[in-house]
Amino acid sequence: MSALNELTIADAADGLCKGDFSSEELTGALIGAVEKGRALNAFITETPEIALDRAKESDKRRKKDGALGPMDGIPVAVKDLFCTEGVLTTAGSHMLDGFTPPYESTVTANLQAAGAVMLGKTNMDEYAMGSSNMTSFYGPVINPWKGKQKKDLVPGGSSGGSAAAVAAGLATGAIGTDTGGSIRQPASFSGIVGMKPTYGRCSRWGMVAFASSLDQAGPLTRTVGDAAIMLGVMAGHDPKDSTSAPVDVPDFSSNLKDGVKGLKVGIPKEYTVDGMPAEIQALWDQGRDWLTGQGAECREVALPHTKYALPAYYIVAPAEASSNLARYDGVRYGLRVAGETLDDMYEATRGEGFGAEVRRRVLIGTYVLSAGYYDAYYLKAQKVRTLIADDFRKVFEDVDVLLTPTAPSAAFAVGDKMDDPLAMYLNDVFTVPASLAGLPAISVPAGLDADGLPLGLHLIARPFDEETLFRAANALEDAAGFDARPEGIGGGK
Amino acid sequence: MSLDKDTVRKIAFLARIRVSDDALDGLAAELSNIIGWVEQLNEVETESTAPMTSVADIRLPRREDKVSDGDKAAEVLANAPEPKSEGRGGYFLVPKVVE
Repeated sequence: MSALNELTIADAADGLCKGDFSSEELTGALIGAVEKGRALNAFITETPEIALDRAKESDKRRKKDGALGPMDGIPVAVKDLFCTEGVLTTAGSHMLDGFTPPYESTVTANLQAAGAVMLGKTNMDEYAMGSSNMTSFYGPVINPWKGKQKKDLVPGGSSGGSAAAVAAGLATGAIGTDTGGSIRQPASFSGIVGMKPTYGRCSRWGMVAFASSLDQAGPLTRTVGDAAIMLGVMAGHDPKDSTSAPVDVPDFSSNLKDGVKGLKVGIPKEYTVDGMPAEIQALWDQGRDWLTGQGAECREVALPHTKYALPAYYIVAPAEASSNLARYDGVRYGLRVAGETLDDMYEATRGEGFGAEVRRRVLIGTYVLSAGYYDAYYLKAQKVRTLIADDFRKVFEDVDVLLTPTAPSAAFAVGDKMDDPLAMYLNDVFTVPASLAGLPAISVPAGLDADGLPLGLHLIARPFDEETLFRAANALEDAAGFDARPEGIGGGK
Repeated sequence: MSLDKDTVRKIAFLARIRVSDDALDGLAAELSNIIGWVEQLNEVETESTAPMTSVADIRLPRREDKVSDGDKAAEVLANAPEPKSEGRGGYFLVPKVVE
């Protein structure tokens, strides 16, 4: 058996069920790993006392009435974008200094109600704006994967702390949020599974808002099966979020292993981009062969507006962010920088509280929404967004899932691309279109590049068809047999 | 379209973000670069396309217009930045607004 801190959720649940170990022992092993792994800077706040309390409660409950389900007693890490009652919540920003929410987000409350144990709050790009975790006020997260060049690499972002924690054996599973790729891209960079559900599947209540029409919570795990288990307890209708879908949550695990015989898989030809490494193209071709080998029917499809997804996203997301982040004014919570007048105080607080990337996006958003420019930029982008969603609607009349690469590169070095925002934005070229259309998507670790770094493959499905998505992802995972591990701190070899 | 220094100063004020004068030029170049790049959307024909208003295919739910939460002044004020307002009548303190 693997070390306790390296178990999958399914194996840990099995061990707890059989009485091989208690949640207190399992949680203790993870707390130890978190301490040993501090050099990765994956956590902003560790909560070992809360973890041990909840682990003991779980053990007691299991003995007395039986477990609540497969997440009971499982230690998880929580992106610091989720409000957690009585526990510092920063969104990776100086602006939220000392902010201790008096309430719990719906997703973390759902996890808690299912018996999951919170290990701490993970590092992230400031307000989830970034693809490297380098925009965090709390410093960059180091990817446990080093590659052959033994460099410090980024884990991707914005859910970089959650991805690094799962990859390095510092958490059995983790939750993140995905606005344009913030779960899937770090999962690809870190050699784990990352899943963004359909928009509306998980409640956004209590999640610090970035771009409300795009933000979705999702799991980061070691296996596709674990992602299905975790999403099952995170999801569900919530009257407190008016965009939360009033639909039932199916048992995502039930047909996971039904295979892909007869499944129609689309390969969008527009997802071949200039300068993409040959290895990524080769892995994508390999993914197609893996699915075909298991009886799926793969065919080329067209999503003609793909190249406009990224520029449309960089109007829509900053516009929504400029509106959402207007609430950080220094009046009611977080940082306040004194000023002579109220406007002075606002300007001083926001000038100091926001980092460079957040400032950039709020200014872009303010510009595209300002009088005289609204139609030219914002309205235009929303029309293009309609066309992108229509592209997907049309191909999903003919195919069941789409297969693409997750990201156009493997993890890059800490510090790279920081002086070139557009180069950084290109990280999300394959993940943003599904976000704009609100579709469920998943990244599955599928291979290593020549430098020994993980690469992910990406699947996209119809709205609320996570079951098909998981089934196809499980088939990819089986075929890929990805079992490489980072040299890692806290876990691995 | 490229943004000049004055435009950046204006939007920075609209966004209530203090930007020092010597940072304006650099920021104008950065933002112009991004705006220039998003303008490739002008290539797309959208004459007869409706703008997306909701990504999810669900109807906005309705509920009874009834108070369901509240009476939490202490919790609301608990995170107030310095100077702390608690004990002084239950309000947030801000710089003088009215002369």
